[in-house]
Amino acid sequence: MDLKIDRRQVLRGMMAGSAVTVGLPILDCQLNANGDAFAATGARIPPRFGTWFWGLGLNEGEWQPKQTGTNYELSRQLVALKRHQKKMVLFSGGQVFLDGAANNTHFTGVQGLMTGKVTGSAEYFGSIDTLVADVVGNGTRFRSIDVSCDGDPKACWSARKDSGKQPAEVSPIALYTRIFGPEYQDPNAADFKPDPGVMVRRSALSAVSEERASLMGKLGAADKAKLDSYFTSLRALEQKLEIQLQKPEPLQACTKPSKPKEDEQLSTLATVAMERHDVFAGLIAHALACGQTRVFNLSITQGMSGLRKEGEPSSHHTYTHEEPIDSTAGYQIKCDWFSMLYMQGLANFVTILDSIQEGDRTMLDRMMMFAFTDHGAPRLHSLRNYPIMLFGSVDGRMKTGMHIASPGDAVTRVGLTVQQVMGVSVSAWGVGSNRVTNPYSEVFA
Amino acid sequence: MLKRVLVLAASVLPLMGSPASLSSATDPVPAVVAPSPLRISPAFYKQSIIDIFGPSIDVEGRFEPEEREEGLMAVGARKVSVTDAGLELYDDIARGIAAQVVDEKRRTALIPCKPQSATAADDACARTFVTQTGRLVFRRPLTEQEIATKVKLAGEAATTLKDFYAGLGAILGDMLIAPDFLFRHRAIEPDPAKPGEYRLDGYSKAAQLAAFLWNSAPDDMLLTAAATGELHTADGLRRQVDRMASSPALESGVRSFFADMLGFADFETLAKDPMFFPAYTIKAKGQTQEQTLRTIVDHLIIRQGDYRDLFTTPRTFLTRSLAALYNVPLVELADNGQPDRWIPFTYPEDDPRAGILSQASFVALHSPSGRSSPTLRGKALRENILCQRVPPPPGDVQFNIVQDTSNPLYKTARQRLTAHSTSPACAGCHKITDPIGLSLENFDSSGAWRINENGAEIDTNAELNGVKFNGAAGLAKVIRNDAALTGCVTRRVYAFGVGAQPPRNDEWKAIEKKFADSKYNFPGLMRQVALSSMFFALPSTQETAK
Repeated sequence: MDLKIDRRQVLRGMMAGSAVTVGLPILDCQLNANGDAFAATGARIPPRFGTWFWGLGLNEGEWQPKQTGTNYELSRQLVALKRHQKKMVLFSGGQVFLDGAANNTHFTGVQGLMTGKVTGSAEYFGSIDTLVADVVGNGTRFRSIDVSCDGDPKACWSARKDSGKQPAEVSPIALYTRIFGPEYQDPNAADFKPDPGVMVRRSALSAVSEERASLMGKLGAADKAKLDSYFTSLRALEQKLEIQLQKPEPLQACTKPSKPKEDEQLSTLATVAMERHDVFAGLIAHALACGQTRVFNLSITQGMSGLRKEGEPSSHHTYTHEEPIDSTAGYQIKCDWFSMLYMQGLANFVTILDSIQEGDRTMLDRMMMFAFTDHGAPRLHSLRNYPIMLFGSVDGRMKTGMHIASPGDAVTRVGLTVQQVMGVSVSAWGVGSNRVTNPYSEVFA
Repeated sequence: MLKRVLVLAASVLPLMGSPASLSSATDPVPAVVAPSPLRISPAFYKQSIIDIFGPSIDVEGRFEPEEREEGLMAVGARKVSVTDAGLELYDDIARGIAAQVVDEKRRTALIPCKPQSATAADDACARTFVTQTGRLVFRRPLTEQEIATKVKLAGEAATTLKDFYAGLGAILGDMLIAPDFLFRHRAIEPDPAKPGEYRLDGYSKAAQLAAFLWNSAPDDMLLTAAATGELHTADGLRRQVDRMASSPALESGVRSFFADMLGFADFETLAKDPMFFPAYTIKAKGQTQEQTLRTIVDHLIIRQGDYRDLFTTPRTFLTRSLAALYNVPLVELADNGQPDRWIPFTYPEDDPRAGILSQASFVALHSPSGRSSPTLRGKALRENILCQRVPPPPGDVQFNIVQDTSNPLYKTARQRLTAHSTSPACAGCHKITDPIGLSLENFDSSGAWRINENGAEIDTNAELNGVKFNGAAGLAKVIRNDAALTGCVTRRVYAFGVGAQPPRNDEWKAIEKKFADSKYNFPGLMRQVALSSMFFALPSTQETAK
C-alpha cells in the first residue's frame, strides 16, 4: 500500500464535490494489508457490541441441542437461527447462584448474568455492555443506543457502574430523529462545515462542567457520588457535541435509512412489538455502519413480559405460570408461540447485520451480539440452564459454530468470555459463587 | 447506588461551612450529614416551568424514568442520578423550552429587558435575564461568578450566531440541564442558635416547602423569606406555610403527592387490548387519572373532607368518554358541544361503585392488558394504600395444580387462584393479596362493570383482617375503617416532603393525633408536617446509614 490516495479526494472526484448520499463501492486502496479496513485513512474500525434481550427463556427440552461442539443439530425452538449457526456460539447449562440472597424473579437472574453480582436488592450497576463500551465505545456520537420494543423505557438492562439503568428509546421515529435527524452528519458527504449552533452549545456546556469544582466543594461525599455520575453523563454529552464538530471518517457501508412510519399506538401485542423490533434492528444497523455508535442494547420487553397473542386475554408471562403442558406436544404450546416469534426476530436482526458488507467481511463478522434472557426454564422461573447465544466473530477474535454445555457452571463464565474477547482487561469477574476466572477459552481464536 | 451513597454518607460531614478539622479521617463519625440531593420529578419539572415562564410553554419530550422506593418516587429521587441517555433527554427538553422562551412572540413578556440590538451581544440585558431567571430556575440567587460566566457565554453565543436571543436561549438551555436545576440540593450551614450544630440553609428550606406544598419552585416571596432569614424563625415559617397552604397552588402539591402514592407513573406503559375493551381509548386512559385527582382535590381541598371518606365517597367527576367506559348514564345539561367536559357525578346510594378504589385509575392500572388480576390489585392495595409489604414470588416454583389438564376448567379468577394457592410455596403471599383483590372482580381489566366472567357468575365475597365483606362497596367500608389507612398516608406525606421515612418520636405521634383529631383533614396534615421540627431536620449518621 505505498500509493497514498486520500479517499476524500477520490470521493470528491466521483461526486464532483457535491454532497450526495450513495452506497459506495470499496476500493482496494482503502483496505489495509488484511483487507479489513474500510475507512479512507486505512484505520481499522474498532469492534462493535450489542446485547439482545428477550423475556422468559425457552421451553425446557425444546431448545438445548443433544450434541455439543461444532457438529450439533439445532433443536426445534432455535431452528430460526439455522442459517446463522456457523456464526453463533450457543451456551447451555449455566446458572446464577443466589448465595442466600432473595430471588426477585425476572430481575435477580439478569442482575447476576449482566453484572456478575447478586445482591437481593434492586441494585443494578456495571452491566457487561458498559464495561465493553468503556473499551470500544469512545469517539462516537452515542456511547450506546438502547431500545425497547414494547413501549417500556425501563426495559433496558444497560447501566454504568455509577448510575442507574439507562432509559430505553421506545419509538423508532424518535430514534431515527435522534440519530439521523438534523444533527446527523453523513460521513461520506464530500463537504463538511461545523454547525455554529453546535459550537455555541459545546462552549456553553463547558461552563456547566467548569462549575463542577465549586459545586462539589459545597457538598458532602454522598452528594458527590451522585453528582459524579451526573458529570460523567455531562461529559458524554460534551463528547457528542465535539464529535459533531469534527469531520467524520468516510464509511463504506454507511447509508442513511429511510424514515420509519409514525409509531403505532401503545400495544401489548407481541406481533406489534416484533414489527417494531425489525424497524429498530434496521436503524441500529445503519447507526453502526455510519459510525454513530459502537454499542447497542435491545430489549423486547422487561423479563415479566406482558405481550400477548392477538385475541388472547392473557400475557406470555401469565401463560408461563398457568398454561398446562400439552400432553401430546410435551410443552406449553402458547408459551412456545412467543419463544418462536422472538427467535425469528433474533434471526432477522442477525440477518441484517450479516447482510452489510464492510470490506471483505460482513458487519456481523466484525462485531459481537450477545443474546440473553431472564430465566432458564420459564415454567419454573428457573435460574438454571440459561440459553445464551453469541453471534459474530469480532474480526476473527472468536471461534463460532459451536454449542458449549456446562451444566452447573456459573453463567458469569459467558460474561467473562465476552469481556475478554471484546478486549476488556479482566481476569476474574463476578462476586461470591458467581465469581469466575475461567472463560470459555475454546472460543478464543 | 444506594449502598454506595450511604456508605459514603456515613463517613463524611458536609463540607459547606464545616470546620476543616471535622473532615479529618481520624475524627469520629460526625453527628450530622446533609440530606441527599433529590432529582426533580417530571411533574415538578413541568410545574416549575409553568410557574416560571407561564402555561404557554410546552414541555415536550420524554423524561428519564423515575425509581420507586419505599412506595414513592419522591423517595427514589434521592437514589437516582442522570444517565447518559437521560441527560440527552433533558437536553432535548431544555432546548425546546429555551427556544420557546426567547422566540419572537414570547420574548417581550418573558425577557425582562430589551437589548440595544437583537443581532448583537448586550451584556446588561443578559445580566438582568440571568440574574432574575436564574434565581427562579436554581431556586436561589446566582453567585456573581455564575452570573458573570453566563453573561459572557451569552455574549459570545450572540456574537457567533448574530442573535442576542439565541445567546440567551443557549444559556437558559444550559441552566435547565445544570445539576442546580435537575437536583434539589439541600445545603447546610452552621446554626447560630445552636453552636456546633447545623441546619438547612434558607434556600434549601424554601425549595423543600415549595416542592412539598406546591410541587414547584419557590416563588419570589418564598425566596425573599429565605434571604431575610424569615424561614429560620417559628413565626416566619408559620406565615409562609399558612400562605402556601391557602394558595390555589396547594392543589398542585396534593395532586403530585397522590399521583406518586397511587403509582400513576405506570400509566405511561399501560395499554389495554381494544379488541376486548373498545371503550378504553387513549383519551379515556388519560381521563381516568384526572378523574381520581379531581375527586381527591374536590374531597380533600374544596370540601375539606375526611381522608378516609375518599374510599367511600359516591361523588366523582366524569366525561362522556369515562361514562361510556363505566357504562353509567351521564346527563349533560349545560353544553352539548364539549364531549370532554368534566361533569360532577354522584353514584346512587346503593351503587356498589364508590370511592377511588372503584375507579379505573386503580382497577385498570393494576390489571394486565387482557384480563383482571386480583393478585395485582390486592398487592397494590396493600402496598400503595396501606403501606404493607407483599413479598416477591419465589423462583423455581412448580405450577402443577394450575397446569394439570385433568382438573376441571377454571373459569373465573377465583377458581384459578384457589387452585394456585393450594401450593404451599405460593399460599402465604396469595393469602394476603388475593382475597381483597377478588372483591374487585366486578371490574374488568379496563375498569368497566361486569357480573360474569367467561359465563360464570363472579363471587366477590372476601375477607380482610378477619372481617368478611362483599364486593367493592364492602371493601371500601373495610378499608375506610382500617387503622393502617391513615397511618400509611401520614407516613407517605412526610416521606414525600422529606425523601425519607419519619422518625418514631413523640412529635410524630402528636402529628398523627392531630390528624385524627382534625377528622383526618389532609391539608391540615400537610401543614403540620411542614411546620414540624422534623421537616427540616438533618438525618443523623446512624439513621442515614440504616
